Parts: sequence; C-alpha cells; structure tokens
Amino acid sequence: MSNKEFLTSSLAKKFVMAATGLFLISFLVVHVSINSLIFLNDGGETFNVAAGFMAHNIIIRIMEIGLFVGLLMHIYQAWILTQENKKARPVQYAVQNETASKWYSRSMGILGSLLLIFLAVHLYNFWYPTKVAVAAGTEHNTYNELKEVFTGELWFVFVPVYILGVVSLGYHLLHGFPSAFQSLGFNHKKYTPLINAIGTGFSIIVPLIFALMPLAFLLGILD
Amino acid sequence: MSGNMNLTLKVWRQKNGGSKGELVTYPVSDISPDMSFLEMFDVLNDQLVTEGKEPIAFDHDCREGICGMCSMHINGHAHGPKDQVTTCQLHMRSFKDGDTIVVEPWRAAAFPVVKDLVVDRSSFDRIIAKGGFISVNTGNAKDANNLPIPKVDADKAFEAAACIGCGACVATCKNSSAMLFVSAKVAQLSLLPQGKAEASQRVLNMVAQMDEEGFGSCTNTGACEVECPKGISIQNIAIMNKEYLKASVVSEQEAQ
Repeated sequence: MSNKEFLTSSLAKKFVMAATGLFLISFLVVHVSINSLIFLNDGGETFNVAAGFMAHNIIIRIMEIGLFVGLLMHIYQAWILTQENKKARPVQYAVQNETASKWYSRSMGILGSLLLIFLAVHLYNFWYPTKVAVAAGTEHNTYNELKEVFTGELWFVFVPVYILGVVSLGYHLLHGFPSAFQSLGFNHKKYTPLINAIGTGFSIIVPLIFALMPLAFLLGILD
Repeated sequence: MSGNMNLTLKVWRQKNGGSKGELVTYPVSDISPDMSFLEMFDVLNDQLVTEGKEPIAFDHDCREGICGMCSMHINGHAHGPKDQVTTCQLHMRSFKDGDTIVVEPWRAAAFPVVKDLVVDRSSFDRIIAKGGFISVNTGNAKDANNLPIPKVDADKAFEAAACIGCGACVATCKNSSAMLFVSAKVAQLSLLPQGKAEASQRVLNMVAQMDEEGFGSCTNTGACEVECPKGISIQNIAIMNKEYLKASVVSEQEAQ
C-alpha cells in the first residue's frame, strides 16, 4: 500500500480500534460458550473436555497468539488516541454539560483500564496455572480450579473483582459494539437499529453469564 | 427594548491569544425576554463602554442562524441550552430571571482564542480548501434531468449541506474532533454525481488536513449531533469513514 496516511491518520487508528474490538468480541463468544458448559452441572466433566481442547489444540494455540496481538494493538492504539485527544483540548471548560452523550461512551479508557486490571487477575487465576500444567504435561482440572477461586478462602477478594470486571465489560461493550460498526463506516437506516439492539443484548447477556459463574459456585448451586 | 430580567453573567475575558484569561462576573439588569442572546450582550457592552471599560469581543454576523459566526459556549452547551439554534437565535426567554449564565469561547487547540469569546476558526477554511468543493468546469447550467439523483441521496446531501461551519461540533466533542464538520462536506459531495469524480482525493486530503490542524479523533459519543444547530447526523461520519476506507484500499489515489 503506497498510501502511508492509511496507517497513521486519525481514521486509520479508529479502524484498528474497531477491527481489533470486533475480533475481541468474537473471542468473547467462544469464551462464554465454553464457560456455559459448567451450567450442565455434571461436575465439570463436559467443561473440562472443552477446556482441555482449548489448552492443547495446536490451532487454538496459534489463535491465542493472534488474540494477544489483537488485545495489545487495541490497548496501544487506545493509549495513543487518548494522548492525541487530550492534546486537542489544552484548556478545559469551566462548565461542561454532559447530557449530550452517555457516561460510558465518554469513559471507555477508564472502563478499559478496569478491564485490564481484571484481566491481569483473571490470567493469574486460570491462564497461568493451565500453561504451567500443559508445559509440565500434568493433568489439569480447570473446573476444580474455578471452584477453588470462587469458594476458596480468598473468595471475598476474587468474586467482587470478577463482578466488577464483567460490569466494566458490559458498559465497555455497550458503547464498543455499535461504535465499531460506525467507525468502519457501517451506518445504515435499515440495519443500524438491528446492530444496536444486538449490541445491547450482547452487552447484557454475555457479562451476565460470566457473572453467574462465581455466583453459582458461591451460592452452592454448582457442586 | 427593555424588560424585567436581572441576570449574572460570567464571561471569559482574555486580552489576546498569548495572555491568560479568566471568568469575569457582570450583573445585567432590565433585560427583555424577547432579546436574543447577542442583543443582551450588546446591552452589556453598551454598559461597559459607558463605564469606560473594554467591551467584550464576540463573533457575530448575520444574526439569523446561517453564517455560523456566533460561537458561544453557554452554561456548558455550544450555542446554549436550546436544540437546533445558534447563539443569535437563542432568546432570553430560554433563561429565568436571576439566572447565572457562564459564557466561554470554543475550546480546542485548533481554535485558538483571539480575544475574549472570539476564536480563530481558519483551520476549517484550510480543511475546505483541501477539497470541500468540486473543480469541474460546469459551463452553462445543465438541464436538471440530465443528472438523475435518487431522492434519498438528494435529501441526505441536502441535510449535510446545511452545515454552517460554526464549530459547535468541535466545541462539544470531548476530543475536540472536527469529524462532524469534515464528514458533512465529504458526505454531501460523495452522494452527488458531481462530487464522485474527486471523492477519493477529497476525503484523503481533507482528513490529512484535519489531522494536521490538531483536531482530536472521533469516539462516537454522538454529542456533536445533539449540539449541532443544524441537526447534522453522525451518519455522515460513517459515510466519511467508508469513503476513506474505499479511497485507501480500493483506489490508487494518494493524499496530496
């Protein structure tokens, strides 16, 4: 591509945000689907089979690298855009009325940062032990690990962190889902109301399923 | 024209671009609810001149909502609290007796303050100069039926063309982004057959200039379309994004 502005312009940065955002949304679909298997309440048998596949399959391993690259691009581009946007208004208003937009639309950076903190805890809880077990070639029971995190002695730390994490995810998605389509130039009288409706549904249902997991363990609904 | 409204104004006073400004409090009395916001400022300035003080500098021209010159950020809203009006069309009946009204200039790095409430919006002119026009020599006006344009496109182009370039979108956007302004022109011309020939070149050049002027980028909060006095839709921004993607990926055109 000879047009170097395509890689450096403000619009190009928004394309990267939108494309990586949609990619991360597709990951959420897979993640939430596998997680839902715990609600079969079979002692984690089916869930562990799926988790084992995700931990060992070579194609999934390669896709995992892509996932981290996508996540890092999303974070890096957001950081650059935030710095540029701050520079665009050096003097703030004494009075700024905020009724023209939603609070979560203006707080994507804060919501994203909360998500990043949650993600660090989440990777430490589940991703890291899985990697260690896979590397050592030992048997790994992810379901038991879930139970340990959410009902173990530190449950009062982890459960609130997870709930706060998925609430941040919900609001981040509520803006991000429809916003990605707008950034990629898709705003159509016929389809945009549908995209917005799907976006709102997705932003409520997916975090809700994630939130139900620690709650179900804590309340003893799952054994 | 006099009335019975008494108000407290807090107005941004700044000697010039280099100096530090501040909000100065001015009481005004006997304001008629039928005055426009700018007429109320005329009364205040008369008062200041009589007192031997420097009157407040503010931009205005047509005072009928089409020139886009009046640019006041009133109580946290570009062009004040009412929808789809410019400052000159805002009347004092929109306020209550005894109100305190804070008036500030547009805030953006690309709109530097010249004096008091006057900002330099020539960055908009430079963006338009990069392609907000068609350079086809049309000669005599053609018969209208020679250029069939679907009604939907004609309407959309017309709505985008209503932009008066006042800068309320930039003033409102948390990122001081000029996307609504630039996209209105890009969308208007890309929807019409006359504008299609230069569509790729136009969008690449105008976006490059927009970035160079130091405007922020679009976060899709939608605040700009809420505060726009002409009701320009953010659908235009999506049209511009699509045009830019098309120009970058499909066409061989480069920004100049």
